[in-house]
Amino acid sequence: MALTESASVDDKPKVALLNDPKIRGAIIQTILVIFLAWLVWSMVHNAAFNLAKAGIASGFGFLDRSAGFDVNFSPFLEFGQTSTNWDAYLVGLQNTLILAFIGVIFATIIGFIVGVARLSQNWVISKIAYWYVEILRNIPLLLQIFIWYKGVGAFLPDKRNPMDLGFLGQLNAAGLFAPKPVFADGAGVVGWALLAGIVITIFIGRWASARQMKTGERFPVFWTGLGLIVLLPVLSYFIMGMPISAEYPVTGNFGPRGGMQVIPEFIAMLLALSLYTAAFIAEIVRAGILAVNKGQSEASAALGLRRGPALRLVVVPQAMRVIIPPLTSQYLNLTKNSSLAVAIAYPDLTAMFAGTALNTVGQAVEILLMTMLTYLAISLLTSTFMNWYNKRMALVER
Amino acid sequence: MKKQIVSAAFGVAVLGAATAAGAATLDDVKAKGFVQCGVSQGLPGFSNPDAAGNWTGIDVDLCRGIAAAVFGDATKVKYTPLSAKERFTALQSGEVDVLSRNTTWTMSRDTQLGLNFAGVNYYDGQGFMVRKDLGVKSALELSGASVCTNTGTTTELNVADYFRANKMEYEIVAFEKADEVVAAYDAGRCDVYTTDQSGLYAQRLKLTNPADHVVLPEVISKEPLGPVVRQGDDQWFNIVKWTHFAMINAEELGITSANVDEMKNSDNPEVKRVLGTEGEFGTALGIGNDWAYNVIKQVGNYSEVFDRNVGPDTELAISRGVNALWSKGGLQYAPPIR
Repeated sequence: MALTESASVDDKPKVALLNDPKIRGAIIQTILVIFLAWLVWSMVHNAAFNLAKAGIASGFGFLDRSAGFDVNFSPFLEFGQTSTNWDAYLVGLQNTLILAFIGVIFATIIGFIVGVARLSQNWVISKIAYWYVEILRNIPLLLQIFIWYKGVGAFLPDKRNPMDLGFLGQLNAAGLFAPKPVFADGAGVVGWALLAGIVITIFIGRWASARQMKTGERFPVFWTGLGLIVLLPVLSYFIMGMPISAEYPVTGNFGPRGGMQVIPEFIAMLLALSLYTAAFIAEIVRAGILAVNKGQSEASAALGLRRGPALRLVVVPQAMRVIIPPLTSQYLNLTKNSSLAVAIAYPDLTAMFAGTALNTVGQAVEILLMTMLTYLAISLLTSTFMNWYNKRMALVER
Repeated sequence: MKKQIVSAAFGVAVLGAATAAGAATLDDVKAKGFVQCGVSQGLPGFSNPDAAGNWTGIDVDLCRGIAAAVFGDATKVKYTPLSAKERFTALQSGEVDVLSRNTTWTMSRDTQLGLNFAGVNYYDGQGFMVRKDLGVKSALELSGASVCTNTGTTTELNVADYFRANKMEYEIVAFEKADEVVAAYDAGRCDVYTTDQSGLYAQRLKLTNPADHVVLPEVISKEPLGPVVRQGDDQWFNIVKWTHFAMINAEELGITSANVDEMKNSDNPEVKRVLGTEGEFGTALGIGNDWAYNVIKQVGNYSEVFDRNVGPDTELAISRGVNALWSKGGLQYAPPIR
């Protein structure tokens, strides 16, 4: 019996349409899609219906209305009397991005240093790195934010007796009052000179490595580049008649005024976010380095490379392939965690738009939807970039 | 049909607002056996928990009044402490039955949030508090100051208006919780603390050295504070509104918690109507006819509530001022019960 059945495998089995796996799959998927579409539609419909029934205003008209409140931290955008709720959204987004961007840079630098230090053969350094990781990643982030803001912040001097930091400005309970650069006519030339220095250095670097590949001769790219990047702007600065000056904070009735105020909420958020995330990055870096076969470092040692260059030229480039994917999720975590800023009055997107603006407008559904989509977009963009970078770093088979 | 029920259920899950809006709050309250009252997270004189977790204050007494009117028992209240930011959502979604949380009545809140303000139980105005050693005598000298306040309040909007109108610069630092604002001001993050004047007197008690701080004379806004209910439930709206009016009418007629039992024998027809010995006013509200009697007996009239919580003999030491009865030069006025 069994033989005859298996012999007929090649024939098209005559089964009911419903039992054909392809058709059945298609039917189930169609039903699922229709069900999901209906689910989403009914949610939207119900929300709109119930909002209307409860007499709650809806729609996005509020974005054009005047916001009416103020903000104490907006490095690039203007926010004032005529600003709308849309401007409040932009300022909140700006503050979130600034915090996340600088936080990611700090966290990466600290994380790499600690991660490498953790593998150091120096017992003290590796123990310090070990305790750094264990302590920081095991204390809730919100608590760390409070520690930096309220704990460390309590030691900052009174507004009217600020700590003098010399050319860096003044530090007090209301933050860091740094000198603010003032650009006069001709300042643009200095900027272009700086850009030119960087571009020329990049070209020299390419040329030098091509030449080294060909002839084996090395060229002092670092010192040439440094000279170009520093000298060109400095020269043009003096040629243009010193167009950039600094506005130092002056002491007013209520402490320092003028200059560039970096509010303590920002500093606390930045420290907490980057130190916390750095602990996780350190572990990722350590894991990445350990994932590189021991033979690789032994081989580089056999070739006469010292520990530093061996790490830099052989081990880390291979470790990066292991490091980048989990690193991406740490970047995303840092960005999302920045919404904890609401706890200490840093005006980020959540605090300013999903907080203050939501309260004055009262349209929770629209505002929260916008805020969620914004975080989603930031996260998706970050991971797109990191995926691109990952592809570039991936092993290329030749 | 089944589909509709399921879809409605999803809608409710997505937006808690759904069920609460249409249903009769009074029925819900009677069914669960207590009034869920949204209060502040601790503002002495208005709504403040003591060490044992008992709430007191002028806003709390209104909640107790509502419970007395509905159940004849002022203790049948549960409190939900809410931040300024959370309060309207909590009421809209049906988490609380009434919001009695020093909330300013404004047009946009009344018309755009699906809420109704059921009267004014305290007429307030916004003021400023500074450290005495700054030597500031007037709010007009505050140019360049850092100002701490609560986010999501009319205060935050008023201060923006005031500084702009007077062409002064300032830095706003807006926290979500009142306690955080006070802590930041106390720690020297700000030079100025601004909120309703009653709030300034109340929060000053929480500072390390209350005597080092002074409230400036300027009042920069109108802040009529009152209870809020959801729009579209007129019966519940009426109960909250008339509980407040009953307290004011009682003060006007000289009925207090002490003499309310004697007053029941009064020949004055107005007193009789208030106390339910004449007419069917409670029945018309859907509650017992002795509703106002219970309110006065268990909570007291408006002057008792005021004196007990914020009056001259309390730590806050606020005089009646504009909150006196209309007949004594104030603004507190209630339509007659008839």
